[in-house]
Amino acid sequence: MTTNTTAPASASSAAGNFSDVTASESSLRRFLHGLPGVDQVGADARAASLGTRSIKTTAKEFAIDLAIRMVDLTTLEGQDTPGKVRALANKAMRPDPADPTCPQTAAVCVYPDMVGIAKETLGASGVNVAAVATAFPSGRAALDIKLADTRDAVEAGADEIDMVIDRGAFLSGRYLDVYEEIVAVKEACGPAHLKVIFETGELQTYDNVRRASWLAMMAGGHFIKTSTGKVQPAATLPVTMIMLEAVRDFRDATGQMVGVKPAGGIRTSKDAIKYLVTVNEVAGPDWLDPDWFRFGASSLLNELLMQRTKMQTGRYSGPDYFTLD
Amino acid sequence: MAKQKVSTGSTTGKGGSTTVFEYAPAPESRSIVDISPSYGLFINGEFVDGAGTSFKTVNPATEEVLSEVAEASATDVDTAVKAARRAHSRVWSRMPGKERAKYLYRIARIMQERGRELAVLESIDNGKPIKESRDVDVPIAAAYFFYYAGWADKLEYSGYGTQSLGVAAQVIPWNFPLLMLSWKIAPALAAGNTVVLKPAETTPLTALLFAEICQQADLPPGVVNIITGAGETGRSLVEHDDVDKVAFTGSTDVGRAIARSVAGTNKKVTLELGGKAANIVFDDAPMDQAIEGIVNGIFFNQGHVCCAGSRLLVQESVADEVLERLKRRMSTLRVGDPLDKNTDVGAINSAEQLARIKELSAIGEEEGAGRWSPACDLPSNGFWFPPTLFTGVTQAHRIAREEIFGPVLSVLTFRTPSEAVEKANNTPYGLSAGVWTDKGSRILSMANQLRAGVVWANTFNKFDPTSPFGGYKESGYGREGGRHGLEAYLKGTH
Repeated sequence: MTTNTTAPASASSAAGNFSDVTASESSLRRFLHGLPGVDQVGADARAASLGTRSIKTTAKEFAIDLAIRMVDLTTLEGQDTPGKVRALANKAMRPDPADPTCPQTAAVCVYPDMVGIAKETLGASGVNVAAVATAFPSGRAALDIKLADTRDAVEAGADEIDMVIDRGAFLSGRYLDVYEEIVAVKEACGPAHLKVIFETGELQTYDNVRRASWLAMMAGGHFIKTSTGKVQPAATLPVTMIMLEAVRDFRDATGQMVGVKPAGGIRTSKDAIKYLVTVNEVAGPDWLDPDWFRFGASSLLNELLMQRTKMQTGRYSGPDYFTLD
Repeated sequence: MAKQKVSTGSTTGKGGSTTVFEYAPAPESRSIVDISPSYGLFINGEFVDGAGTSFKTVNPATEEVLSEVAEASATDVDTAVKAARRAHSRVWSRMPGKERAKYLYRIARIMQERGRELAVLESIDNGKPIKESRDVDVPIAAAYFFYYAGWADKLEYSGYGTQSLGVAAQVIPWNFPLLMLSWKIAPALAAGNTVVLKPAETTPLTALLFAEICQQADLPPGVVNIITGAGETGRSLVEHDDVDKVAFTGSTDVGRAIARSVAGTNKKVTLELGGKAANIVFDDAPMDQAIEGIVNGIFFNQGHVCCAGSRLLVQESVADEVLERLKRRMSTLRVGDPLDKNTDVGAINSAEQLARIKELSAIGEEEGAGRWSPACDLPSNGFWFPPTLFTGVTQAHRIAREEIFGPVLSVLTFRTPSEAVEKANNTPYGLSAGVWTDKGSRILSMANQLRAGVVWANTFNKFDPTSPFGGYKESGYGREGGRHGLEAYLKGTH
C-alpha cells in the first residue's frame, strides 16, 4: 500500500525540494518504491489507442514541421569523420536546401571529440550541439572519468550533454549512487543542459522507468531520455508515455518542467506523429516545443522531409531528392 | 488546469505561448455503405414486405432519417416462427455439427471481409464512434462466430448434451446492435437451433445487413430470421406459442414483463438486464491505468453499456488525486461526429434516452451532488450529452442507485476494503464490477466477495467469446459466451 507521504500526490508542498527524500539510500528507496505502480497491459493498451489517432491535412503539416524542429540529428559511430559531422551540421541548419521555409532541427548530437567541429559549422545558427558523455553508451567507467568526459565536451562548446545512468547500480538498487552521479555530472555541465539517458531497454519494467524518471528529475536533469540507440529495444511509445506521465506529475508537484527525449528506432513520420499525439494528450500542449520534447534520430529527418514535400506538392519523391546524412 | 510554465532555462531561446495541436477532421468515408430507402423483413431467407406499418430509423448524430423499416405485425411474427420451425426440423437440427460449423465460419469470415461496411453502418445508425465500432464491436462480433463455430461439432464435450431446443426468440438492445446479435445468434446456431431475432427499433440496420451476409453465406432459408419493430413486435415474438427459447438483453422492466409472460410455459429463458457496476479503486492502484479504466468504464460507448462502471468507489486517501487526474483526462475526450476517427465519445442513441439522462442528471444536482463536465462544444443537431461526473454522491442518491445508461459517473468514497464490498454490493443489480489494486491477493478476495457476474481486475469493459457474461439479481440470469453460453441453447443431459 502506498503510505509514503512524499509520493507525487502530496508532494506539492515540497516544491522541488527533495532533500529529505535524497538524504539517505533508504529514504530514496522508500520514495521511489512508493510511486504508483504501472500496469503494463493497461499502459500498452493506452499507448496503442493513442497511436490510432488519425492526423491529416493541416494537422499533419503542423506535426511534421514541429517534429523537424524537435530532431536531435544524430551520428554516433566509431567511423564518424569531421566531414560527416560538417555535413550533418549543415543539414541540421538547412534540412531541405530546396525549401527555405523548412525549419531547422533542434540540435546535432555527436561524440565529444566531434563537438568542436560541429560547433564551428553551426556557429550562431541557433542549432545546438549535444554531446554524449559519461562513457556512453555503457556508462561503465569511474566517476572521475565520466566527469572529465563531460567537462571535455562542455569546454569544446557543447550546449547539451546526454549522459547515461549507471544501470548496474540502478538495477541492483543502489539508487543513491545513481542520484549522486547525476548530480555530479550536472555540476560538471556548468551552463550546458543535461539529458539523462536511462537505456530503458535494459531497465525492462515500466515501474523501473517511472522510478528512473523521478530519480533523474530530482537530481536536476533538464531532460529525461529513453535510450542510447545502441541497445534494443530503444524508444517505444509506451515507455515514452510513462516518462511523459512522470514529467507531468513532476510539474504538478514542483512547478518545474522537465523535457523528454525518445531516441532510437523512430524512423517514420507516422511514428513521430504518434509520439506528438502522446505528448499532446498525456503531458499536455506545453510540451509541444523543442525546449521540452526531442527526437533522437538520424533517418527520421529524411522521412519527415519526404512527407513534407509530399504534403506541399501532392507527389512523393525518391530518396535521391534528399541529402544523405 | 493552470498553465505554470516554469522554464528551466531554455537553450534554444524559445519560450512563449503554448502550441495548440488541433486535429483536423478525419472522417471515415460513408460511401462504403449503401442504405436502402426502405427495408422489409428477413424471413425464410428472403426480404419480404411486412403486413404491418413501418417506422423510421434516424442517425442520432444528425437526426437525418436513414431508412423506413417494416414493423412486423403478429402475423409476420407467426410467419417467421413457422419458417424457423421448418428450418429447424427439416434442415438445421439434422445437419451434422461439422457442417453447421462451416456456415458459421463462413459468416464470421464475411463479417471480417465486410468489417468496414458494418462498422460505418453501425456508427451511422447507433451514434457510436467509428473507432469503437471498427476496433471493438465488429471484430468481437466476428470472434463470437468463430468461437462458436468451433463448438458446433464438439457439443458432446460441452456438458449440456447435444440436443438443440428448437426455435429461439431473441430480442436485443440498441447499445451494441451487431455485437449483441452475434452473442445471441452464434451459440444458438452452433447448438442446432434456428432463430427469430428482433433488433432494437432505433438500430435495425446492421441486423439487416447481417441478413444479407446470411444470404451471401448460403445459409439455409429460415435458420436466421430478422424481424424489425418496436416493443409490440418483441412481445408477440416472445409470447409466440411455438417458441422454445427466449433470450433477451435490455432493460430490467422489459425483462420482468418477459419473465411474467413465459411463466408456466416450457420456454427456457435467459435475461441480460441492467447494471450499476462499482469500479473500485484502491490507494495502491496503478494510478494512470486506473484513470484510463474509469474513463473506459463509463464513457466507452457513451455509457450505453449495461456493465458500465457507473459508480466509482475510490479509497478516501487518494480520492482528491483520482478526481483531479480524472478531470484532466476527461478534458482530453473528444466528443462529436461519430464517423471522425478521432472521436472518443459519440452521440446519445435517441431523443428518449437523452431525455432520461438529462432527467437523472438534474435529479443528481437537486439531491446535492456536485456536477462537473469538461468544456466541450456539442453539435447543434442530434442527441448529445457531455461526459459528466458527480462528486459527493452517497448510496442514498438516486444517481447511485438507478441505471442512467449514459456518460454520467457517480463518485463515492470508501475507507476500508469491507466498506467497499458493502457499498459495491448494495444495489439491486449485479452484472459487473472492477477492482484496481497492485495487490494480487486483494483482487482475489474482492472477486470472491463481490456479487457480480463479471469482475474485472485492473481493466474494465473487456469482452471475449471464451468468457461467460451475465448477471446476479435484477441484472438477469443465464450466461452468454464461453462453454457456459451453450447451456442456454441445449436440452441438457438429464
